[in-house]
Amino acid sequence: MAEAKDIQEEVQKLTAKDFVSDQDIRWCPGCGDYSILKQVQSVMPELGIPKEDIVFISGIGCSSRFPYYMNTFGMHSIHGRATAIASGLRAARPDLSVWLITGDGDSLSIGGNHLIHLLRRNFNLNILLFNNQIYGLTKGQYSPTSELGKKTKSTPMGSIDHPFNPLALCMGAESTFVARALDREPKHLRNILMRAEQHQGTSLVEIYQNCNIFNDGAFGGFTDKQTKKENSLYLEHGQPLVFGAKEDKGVILDGFEPRIVDLTNGEFAKEDLWIHDEKCRNKANILTRFFDDPSNEGALPRPFGIFYQEERFRYEEALNEQLDTVKELKGVPDLDKLLAGSNTWEVE
Amino acid sequence: MTQVSKKLEQVTVLFAGDSGDGIQLTGTQFTTNTALYGNDLSTFPDFPAEIRAPLGTIAGVSGFQIHFGSVDVYTPGDRCDVLVVMNAAALKKNLSRLKERGTIILNTSGFDKRNLRLAGIEEGQNPLLNHSLEGFKVHEFDITKLTRECLKESSLGTKDRDRCKNMFVLGFVYWMYNRKLDSSIDFLKTKFASKPEILEANVTVLKAGYHFADTCETFSNRFEVKPTKMPTGSYRNIIGNQATALGLIAAAHKSKLDLFYGGYPITPASDILHELAKHKNFGIKTFQAEDEIAGICSAIGASYGGDLAVTASSGPGIALKGEALGLALMLEIPLVIVNVQRGGPSTGLPTKTEQSDLLQAVYGRNGEAPIPVIAAASPSDCFTMAYEACRIAIEHMTPVFLLTDGYIANGAEPWKYPNSSDLADIKQSFTKERTEESGAYLPYKRDEKLVREWAIPGTKGVEHRLGGLEKDKESGNVSYEPENHEYMVKIRAEKVDRIADFIPKQELDSGSEKSKLLVLGWGSTYGAIKTVVKELAIEGVDVAHAHIKYIQPMPKNLGEILANFELILIPEMNNGQLIKLIRDQYLVDAKPLNKIKGVPFEAREIKAGILNMLKQ
Repeated sequence: MAEAKDIQEEVQKLTAKDFVSDQDIRWCPGCGDYSILKQVQSVMPELGIPKEDIVFISGIGCSSRFPYYMNTFGMHSIHGRATAIASGLRAARPDLSVWLITGDGDSLSIGGNHLIHLLRRNFNLNILLFNNQIYGLTKGQYSPTSELGKKTKSTPMGSIDHPFNPLALCMGAESTFVARALDREPKHLRNILMRAEQHQGTSLVEIYQNCNIFNDGAFGGFTDKQTKKENSLYLEHGQPLVFGAKEDKGVILDGFEPRIVDLTNGEFAKEDLWIHDEKCRNKANILTRFFDDPSNEGALPRPFGIFYQEERFRYEEALNEQLDTVKELKGVPDLDKLLAGSNTWEVE
Repeated sequence: MTQVSKKLEQVTVLFAGDSGDGIQLTGTQFTTNTALYGNDLSTFPDFPAEIRAPLGTIAGVSGFQIHFGSVDVYTPGDRCDVLVVMNAAALKKNLSRLKERGTIILNTSGFDKRNLRLAGIEEGQNPLLNHSLEGFKVHEFDITKLTRECLKESSLGTKDRDRCKNMFVLGFVYWMYNRKLDSSIDFLKTKFASKPEILEANVTVLKAGYHFADTCETFSNRFEVKPTKMPTGSYRNIIGNQATALGLIAAAHKSKLDLFYGGYPITPASDILHELAKHKNFGIKTFQAEDEIAGICSAIGASYGGDLAVTASSGPGIALKGEALGLALMLEIPLVIVNVQRGGPSTGLPTKTEQSDLLQAVYGRNGEAPIPVIAAASPSDCFTMAYEACRIAIEHMTPVFLLTDGYIANGAEPWKYPNSSDLADIKQSFTKERTEESGAYLPYKRDEKLVREWAIPGTKGVEHRLGGLEKDKESGNVSYEPENHEYMVKIRAEKVDRIADFIPKQELDSGSEKSKLLVLGWGSTYGAIKTVVKELAIEGVDVAHAHIKYIQPMPKNLGEILANFELILIPEMNNGQLIKLIRDQYLVDAKPLNKIKGVPFEAREIKAGILNMLKQ
């Protein structure tokens, strides 16, 4: 007990600085990754977890350099496979806090298969998906989240790839925690990170991250002072869907169709609006489909916050429960018995 | 009726029938019985890649060959003494495998018009009528009818009744070789514990087959193959994949690590996963991943966390794991990769055997990426080498390749199983906690074996970052320094080379260094080479045999051994792979003997190769 108390005290003394590694950061100046790194480092001391029990695992891409800058355990692995590596680590070590850092190319293109399987298995870990809608490290090709028609080095005539809607994909893959945040909204991001760690299961947090070199302003509609309030919808459990610079607009659910309504002409009041319910899968599915181009007339606002959260058994717990059950059933393992098998004979 | 037993030194029986005829079960039951009787034995199951191959056709024939003797047995036998066939296709496919004047036991109901047509036998060419089987001892019965007859009281439907006919054959053959039925009755009791009617039907038919052989007066005598004089000890029967699984479990148990297995089902490696999943009371975590890449990556994650991690696959799956192998090598963490080789390239011959992934194991990665490679020589040797793979992986902090192949993975032999206390120790320790006073932790600092520490998450004071980018030689931080990269490439190679100090020296398996010719083998060709070299010794031809089990690095004294011989012959079930490594490393003029037919060498083929070489 005394030991547990000591650890507790030590953990309480941790500050954001304790999570800064001695490595120079090599992201481009102005990259959205800096802000995310800072928020993650500042959230860490609040988790109450000893530093040595935290592991950051990443794949390949700009964002995947992240573990080098965290003074925790970390692995910068191979393209698209951090998801599979983290799954194995959680299966082996359910005592660790595992954070997975990935990007839109890493998790949705080369690593798409592992991502969906990780989500359905619901290993208890946190995925931070840095979505900048571009390939940065390979110097500017379009990504699976780039908008249709995007002109890049590899698509001089415009991309003809229909983009993924990442959160809709995650809902389809049986995700138990689906959230979206922004690099430019640090306070909101911090809250989401805290909730992600608290969630028991795979927490998927898509973070809109600006690549100021190859895709600057991709999320300008949601970050620029003039437009962000008109285009963004901040979700809060139990609260009505209200948005707009003057909080003058709301969303109602008309059958299966979300509809924007005016809160100023007296026709609708806040009580009439769609009340956000994180536990409702059907509504979350519809919310993830709020995916309009904000520059279009009448576009639905883009939601930020926690879309969906569900309690479901974790793979690693079920795995260990099975092991416990069989141990109880068969008793202490006896290697000699196993080697002998059931049919033996003696040669004298 | 009392009959004299005719004593035989060794016998090869080939059971063959449609893939739905229960041939594999018949074969494995006869194998268990033979093993318990005390014969040395070797088996070769041969089945189609399709689960339900077209009924009655040549493509659908499933075979199980067993060679057993009162003498030492090293191969499943070249050609068989007894051929048991359930239909026309099975006869057509396997008749050439029967020795002259051999015995055929044949189910006549498998030779009706339909079966003959499906086997592609032209009208008027029915082998039962056209005298083509003259010269063989043919015993023909309508086994289907006999089986139905003895189950006429049973409430089972015709389909279920007919499925018992393999038990009739088994009973029949048990009688021929003077065996007891107990082992199979016990087996059936367990298998059909919840289906009493099926159990009863199978036991009834098994006994009926036995008594029928006794009373039908087909044979003037029974045969007896006396137990083999084997070294004193406790024995069991073992199949290669099962032995691999047990080797992994034993290594985890001895090193006090949890065993983690991440893999994706693939023929012929899946049975390793199945076997491990049976023994979860040993704390084994089996993870059936979404693909081959996730299989190895989950194992890398588990190893990083401190488990003894393993992945297994076959050629195409190993190809997919290539990039992750490179990562494991850069991380310098323990990992065992089993490749149960099959015919390639591409999907190749999934259920057939080959040794064609040796160079893939040695070289098949981007960059300078040396990984230790070892190979098992027989079904029971899979245990020893799986254990060795784990020992090397843990003690040298490296991924290790274990090569087996479809032939020994599915084949069986008696195994003098070890006591757990006799197994070599596996030295394992995780990095201890550190305080700030002890200075910065250097994860890539090496000991005299050039091995770094296993510093697992959860260990205070040793937080560090790993990755696939080139690392600084001590801190492990990313380094693009030219000098550092060259140093790291060399040190990773040297680390693998130094494993040679911790593996057994190469020995001659038979023959002496004074022989003119050395047969140098690796992997599953062991039995065939051993058989031939023994045979030749009896005939007065002096030939030596060495079998390499440690391929990367090779035993330190291998070069000295090779230097003794004027001629070196390297038989391989590929187009010449070990020979490239041997010529490269030792500059010797070794000659190849290759077979690439999806089936193992027959002893006589190797014999011809040796005699040919000696003649020149």
